[in-house]
Amino acid sequence: MARALINVPAKAKRGEVIAIKTLISHIMETGFRHSTTGQAIPRDIITTLVATYNGAEIFRAELSPAIAANPFLTFYTVATESGTIAFRWTGDNGYDVSEQATITVE
Amino acid sequence: MKRLSAALLLLVAAASALATEIPLAERRSSYETLSPETKAMQDDDTANPAMLWVLEGETAWSRKAGEANKSCADCHNDARETMKGAATRYPAFDEKRKTPVDLEGRINICRTEQQKAPALPYESRELLALSAFVARQSRGMPIESKDPRLKPFIDQGRTLFEARQGQLNLACSQCHDDNFGRKLAGIPMPQAHPTGYPVYRLEWQSLGSLQRRLRNCMIGMRAEFYPYGAPEYIALETYLMWRARGMNVESPAVRP
Repeated sequence: MARALINVPAKAKRGEVIAIKTLISHIMETGFRHSTTGQAIPRDIITTLVATYNGAEIFRAELSPAIAANPFLTFYTVATESGTIAFRWTGDNGYDVSEQATITVE
Repeated sequence: MKRLSAALLLLVAAASALATEIPLAERRSSYETLSPETKAMQDDDTANPAMLWVLEGETAWSRKAGEANKSCADCHNDARETMKGAATRYPAFDEKRKTPVDLEGRINICRTEQQKAPALPYESRELLALSAFVARQSRGMPIESKDPRLKPFIDQGRTLFEARQGQLNLACSQCHDDNFGRKLAGIPMPQAHPTGYPVYRLEWQSLGSLQRRLRNCMIGMRAEFYPYGAPEYIALETYLMWRARGMNVESPAVRP
């Protein structure tokens, strides 16, 4: 099931600054809320996103309970070589989702 | 006698002034009042969070379900072709039930009658995903409301829309016909044209149906809301889609 949407340009010129957009489906339950019966709703959030470009880490984000559901993160990188940009989101309750995209650098 | 008729005339004039519908050419989608950031979110399919549901809906479309072990795709094939324009015609009149059904209702009729599967609960992830996926296939197409059999339901919907309700004694039309564009809780009041449902509402941090939105307004008016699927919602939806006839479908839209 598709849980994440990533937008990486398919082609780029060497040295070009490219925008990378990621959107992932997650409730981001803060842990501060209570149910209608007064019970605390346990925290359930994504805690980290790590992006690697041909194995080398290019971006890392630490997410907190204040971030809204379905986090959308955008960042920039320099297109250096053709290859794979891989993303890995990890979080509470063993949450672990990976996605990747390929880029051709000319 | 003369004074009485003058007073009557005034009353009639006042009543008609309040019940004015927005002229067709002056109707606007609330997209136009969005902030540039929210517009950008809706316009870019990789930034629009509603697309997460659309993708899920695409998967659900070809997933077999129920005792009949059939998927939507087994009857309707490729939704990109067969569902094109479908959302522009809903709520559509159902001959068997003698009432209009909305998109969610139609999906559940298919589920119970064709797939022999239990109906999906209102606002469940799968029902929202399927309705978002189907509605997405009509994006950019004008809303149609031409079926003459819808007339009594449009009229019922209009009556509900113009009737005062709740502890605040408000009618839908007081905000959406008489005061659109003015602010309520910091947000410009829309003209109530349901062009983008199911909609990703930032406040909900989720996708939601038009019925959820109507329920939300009723809570705001301190009125007793109807249960999901109530004929009153169907009538209101039918009226609102008639009101938005000719406007383009934006589904799935993003709203504050």
